[in-house]
Amino acid sequence: MLFGQRLRALAGWIATLAVAAAFVIAVAALLELLSHSGEERTQVLRGYEWITSGDLRVAFDLRWDPLSALMALIVTGVSSLIHLYSIGYMEHDERRETFFSWLNLFVASMLVLVLAQNFLVMFLGWEGVGLCSYLLVGFWFNRRLLVVNPLGRLVEGEPDDTREVWAPPAAKKAFLANRIGDVGFLLAMFLIFATTGSLDFNVVFGEASTLAAGTATAIALLLFLACTGKSAQFPLYVWLPDAMAGPTPVSALIHAATMVTAGVFLVARTHTIFEASGTAQTVVVLVGAGTALLGALIAIGQDDIKKILAYSTISQLGYMFIGVGLGPIGYAAGMFHLVTHAFFKAQLFLGAGSVMHGNDEDTDIKHFGGLRSAMPITFWTTMAAWAAIIGVPLTAGFYSKDQVLAALFEHGGIGRLVWVVGVLTAGLTAFYMSRYVFLTFFGERRWPEGRHPHESPPLMTLPLIVLAVLALVAGFALSTFTGEGGRLQQFLEPVLGAPEEHESLAAAFWLSAAATVMAATGATGAWLLYGRRVDWMALRRRYAGAWRPLAEKLYVDQVYEFFTVTLGGALAAFLARTVDQRGIDGAVNGVAELVGDAARSGRRLQSGLVRSYALGVLGGAVLIVAFLVFRP
Amino acid sequence: MRVGPGAYLLLSAILFAIGVAGVLIRRNAIVVFMCIELMLNAVNLSFITFAKTNGSLDGQVLAFFVMVVAAAEVVVGLGILVAIFRKRSSTSVDDVNLLKG
Repeated sequence: MLFGQRLRALAGWIATLAVAAAFVIAVAALLELLSHSGEERTQVLRGYEWITSGDLRVAFDLRWDPLSALMALIVTGVSSLIHLYSIGYMEHDERRETFFSWLNLFVASMLVLVLAQNFLVMFLGWEGVGLCSYLLVGFWFNRRLLVVNPLGRLVEGEPDDTREVWAPPAAKKAFLANRIGDVGFLLAMFLIFATTGSLDFNVVFGEASTLAAGTATAIALLLFLACTGKSAQFPLYVWLPDAMAGPTPVSALIHAATMVTAGVFLVARTHTIFEASGTAQTVVVLVGAGTALLGALIAIGQDDIKKILAYSTISQLGYMFIGVGLGPIGYAAGMFHLVTHAFFKAQLFLGAGSVMHGNDEDTDIKHFGGLRSAMPITFWTTMAAWAAIIGVPLTAGFYSKDQVLAALFEHGGIGRLVWVVGVLTAGLTAFYMSRYVFLTFFGERRWPEGRHPHESPPLMTLPLIVLAVLALVAGFALSTFTGEGGRLQQFLEPVLGAPEEHESLAAAFWLSAAATVMAATGATGAWLLYGRRVDWMALRRRYAGAWRPLAEKLYVDQVYEFFTVTLGGALAAFLARTVDQRGIDGAVNGVAELVGDAARSGRRLQSGLVRSYALGVLGGAVLIVAFLVFRP
Repeated sequence: MRVGPGAYLLLSAILFAIGVAGVLIRRNAIVVFMCIELMLNAVNLSFITFAKTNGSLDGQVLAFFVMVVAAAEVVVGLGILVAIFRKRSSTSVDDVNLLKG
């Protein structure tokens, strides 16, 4: 209490140092891990007995193996940078100490999630990140944002239609969508415990191959349901775009770099269960591919810079699920894309935050343009991340996305079909990301009178620079061009297993070339439409029929509304009016009336006439005597 | 002439039947009481008869019990009757129907 006010000012630094310390410890632990040979790289830290109930014994055990190490490094490393950025970004917020404590709680939960050695400890972290997401999305619960109609005017004059978006409903939506997924996690845990009698990873994975096919499929699909909630895959992805109502560092940390990757991590962690069920793997790949395409399509039609990035995240997460759903040939690729995506998407979000910071918290892409000269550092770092996400050769996204696509192609069968979707999505990704940078940083200045865009303070640009460099070099550092025996793959092999065969160099080259050409096409298309001085608002109005569905997010929210609000409301009304009022109330009232009727007829017996009672007594006596006399 | 137990039992039955009829038919509470006494004593008569026939004293003992209880019952019953008469100036049992449902 003595230092309350002073500590308040230091809250950001304390939080940042805590996470940075965690990062240093993780690096040290990684070096220790690397000193062991491949087989001994799975270490389990036995904790205390946490829960003991009948056959259920859960210990608070932690696991340190290459997969945990990779995730722990990403989580702490990216989080440190984002914490640092937040010090600048949240400088003027009144509740910044609350913000930083929740941000730290999030990192702690995420670390519990990735370091867990059994399902229950993992679930603890899983729920923890869900809670922190809810808290942080709703952090600005009293701030209302106006969103301009996608077909509205540019800057001058009044917008012809505005919609109000604010944080509490978004936070609730995130929480509910996550809860639906969590039910899948819980049911999967019940099934796992019922069939294997344990929740410990070593035991469960040891018995995974002996599971009946149906059981394995059920467990895997339930786990994947949890993934679709946490990692924003179809059909539960709808919460992620709305979650952009939270502060931008939260979007970067939780909704791009770390929390949403928990689902990908879960599939990789429980890969033995998924390998026991070919059906589940196919479902993972198909859902991933569908979500990748859907997210990329919707991202094209968004005007809110954070929404573009949110749908981009959904789309990129689809790639990761394609990777981890493929089996041993794709695990490393999926995890690799997770790593590179964490870098470039964190940069993109923080860059978007920087743009907002310099533009009076505006998020509407129609109000930017020509920010290149006003915000040079933000511009150049964003361009680096842009190059990485669309897959410019030698950047991070190029390596990781190509590895996913190559694994997909090599998988054969349905993989070839999905490969086409993946390449198409790569083209769309290039299109919407180029649209984003062209409309934000290039072209004429469209910001309103009286606004003076300015570069963010060094505290915010430093993380941008670090992440931009990582986005450029991470792919090169962690992989080789062919994807054959990349460093990351070798590192993860003890946990995830080695792929059976490698594709030849020539095939890999042509696959990469196809994806790169597709990306170049997308970027060129975006340049033709948005890079030159084309009146794209006029085009948008002329082709409103085609634009509307994209801007309206392909009406998925409306479908949800129809099913939940309209149909759900009708069901509730049916239950309330018909079933409850007529059925249940009718039964209760019916019983009461029955008793009342019986009583009304019964009271006539109580005549008050003593002589009639006497007659009754006589009759009874006669009956008893008759019974006694004539009893056989 | 020797009178057999059958005659005693017949008399007992007749007395009992008269009592029952009186209880059912008469309205005057005092007469109803008298009829109840008649029934009780009819039963007493059959007790005595059976006691004599079987050479056992059980029936006679029971008869004494019945008399004692009947005396007590009459005391209470007449007390109630007097109270009702004071209140309503009537001894008709049909007038007393406060417990009608």
